[in-house]
Amino acid sequence: MLLKELCSLCAPSGCEDEARRFIIEKIRAEVPEAEITVDTMGGVIAHKRGEGKKVMVAAHIDEVGFIVSGFTDDGFVRFKTVGGIMTTVLVSKKVLLGEKKVPGIIGSKAVHLQSREERKKPASMKELYIDIGAKDKAEAEKLLSLGDYGVFAGEYTEFGDGLVKSRALDDRAGCAVMLELMKKTYKNDMYFAFTVQEEVGLRGAIIAARRIEPDLALVLEGTTCNDVHGAKPHQTVTKLGGGAVMTAMDSAAVSDRRYFEMIKEVAEREGIPLQIKRTGAGGTDAGSIQRSGAGVKTAVLAVPCRYIHSPVSVMSKRDLESLGRLAEAVLREIERREF
Amino acid sequence: MELLNKLSRCFSPSGREDKIRELIKAEVEPYVTDVYTDAMGSLICRRAGKGKRLMLAAHIDEIGFMVTHIEDSGFLRFINVGGVSAFNCLNRAVEFENGAVGVISYENEEKPASAGLAKMYIDIGARDRAEAESKVRIGDMAVYKGEFSVMGGRVTGKALDDRVGCYALIEGLKTAKDCPNELFTVFTVQEELGLRGAKTAAYAVEPDMGFAIDVSMTGDTPESSFASLSLGKGPGLKLKDASFIANPSARDFMLGAARSAGIPYQLEAAAYGGTDAGAINLSRTGVPAAAISIPTRYIHSPQEVADIDDIENTAALVAKMIETAL
Repeated sequence: MLLKELCSLCAPSGCEDEARRFIIEKIRAEVPEAEITVDTMGGVIAHKRGEGKKVMVAAHIDEVGFIVSGFTDDGFVRFKTVGGIMTTVLVSKKVLLGEKKVPGIIGSKAVHLQSREERKKPASMKELYIDIGAKDKAEAEKLLSLGDYGVFAGEYTEFGDGLVKSRALDDRAGCAVMLELMKKTYKNDMYFAFTVQEEVGLRGAIIAARRIEPDLALVLEGTTCNDVHGAKPHQTVTKLGGGAVMTAMDSAAVSDRRYFEMIKEVAEREGIPLQIKRTGAGGTDAGSIQRSGAGVKTAVLAVPCRYIHSPVSVMSKRDLESLGRLAEAVLREIERREF
Repeated sequence: MELLNKLSRCFSPSGREDKIRELIKAEVEPYVTDVYTDAMGSLICRRAGKGKRLMLAAHIDEIGFMVTHIEDSGFLRFINVGGVSAFNCLNRAVEFENGAVGVISYENEEKPASAGLAKMYIDIGARDRAEAESKVRIGDMAVYKGEFSVMGGRVTGKALDDRVGCYALIEGLKTAKDCPNELFTVFTVQEELGLRGAKTAAYAVEPDMGFAIDVSMTGDTPESSFASLSLGKGPGLKLKDASFIANPSARDFMLGAARSAGIPYQLEAAAYGGTDAGAINLSRTGVPAAAISIPTRYIHSPQEVADIDDIENTAALVAKMIETAL
């Protein structure tokens, strides 16, 4: 299954080779007519020629992760996070480091040994380390080098009523939708951009957008979902099972008004469940694309992911299906309509 | 001040600047060669000239509020659009594009001083969700409902940031007698969200020199924190803020224009804040840029205060700059 395969790929920001290789192979096999370019940042741009508007569809292939920043004399790995990860999420998690995917555990002091004060507050980055089972520094350095990247380990599992739990759903969910969308035929001049380094500040998208110079862009994302115990309705951001999500405004971009209204109309007409994101926090590639060149009209569609930026994000397959249907309907509407 | 009154009252939060764009377009169209709206929504007006390309920018957006959730009880939850102060918005009236009015207040268990926007809501007088939804939808924006008044030689109203700049730019365009430069007067969007509209507009215009006409806070109120500008002493010629440092050629151009026209001015170097000059400055391979500030009190509140002489002097300075070859 495509999403499962995508979620198994390790591609922290700046080290997206594994995902890039997979995606290029997939496009070559299934969309042979697409012209593939790898841009200077490492993003994959697949072009399907058409007559009309230049449309950029974007999903990012990178995920949050780690980078090795040193070794202790007793063989533990010091590390920094790549992208936004809460330290509370880090403790006792399984990780995979380096090209050889060396397994490790993010360690911290056992509860028995913590003082009352220590138990009250989350561990700081300074106290955390990765245990790769090495007996000393020399052995650790045989397995890993300074600057090696790492990611959360985690299996793709289906559970509950059509739910998925997995690592990296942000944004392999968007990549999965885009790979399916690519197989369709369009009238417009279509660019499908698999961007890099989104998690460290929407970096790959600005380079891709400058190269493409699109008239219009649609960003596909995995987004925050806080419909959990203790959250009041207005704090949920999105609801799992509530359908695809559209962003009106976040910290990176305000969606183009007519585009936004058009998507609402399309969802209603096609009977596709759509929710509007209930927060202004977070940012997507739309921020970079919108302000590239002389400006681009952008919109963001997403799938809700609980526990995002952790080894176990949770998503609904029905929401993903809604996202796919809506994205296609929007791309069709763009063929018919000026706005 | 009829035009400023109209501009101030117009609904135009960042990203929803349609109404004011139409208003300004109607005002400036007789005075420019051509005009268009870019992908972000900025209004780019060109007056043909033989010389270099001069860009003068004023932003047409204002801070506001966006609805994120409608409670069963009919209250609205919201997020800020731009730099909204929780203190300023407490128990203030806001207005939606369709005229619906609301009042911002806070959850009762919170002390007003500690109530952040996340603990606040908008009361639009709806008895329940259905009534609220008949007036307002998620994603809709509101702005402060400020009263525009003339107080002797000064004015008060909402969104003087940056409608006074728009006014000065429009009036300067109307009164300039000559246009030796290829002139672009740009009415930018989304300045309050991080100089966004100016970035794409400057990319398209490719100016040889650019200026932002915007407001700047004053230090002339009782026990105010330090700021160099005072109301009534003329436009501030801004040499620095957090977004740019004036290129010497841009500084000399605006200083020369002010001096030769005999317009009073105040020099200004600010530690904080940002203006469209920052976005213009770093556009493409770099553009000499600076900013002209209209001194304004209580910025980002429903009742900002500015001086009519400062506003008219800024318009005169804009006209002089338009008349001066780069």
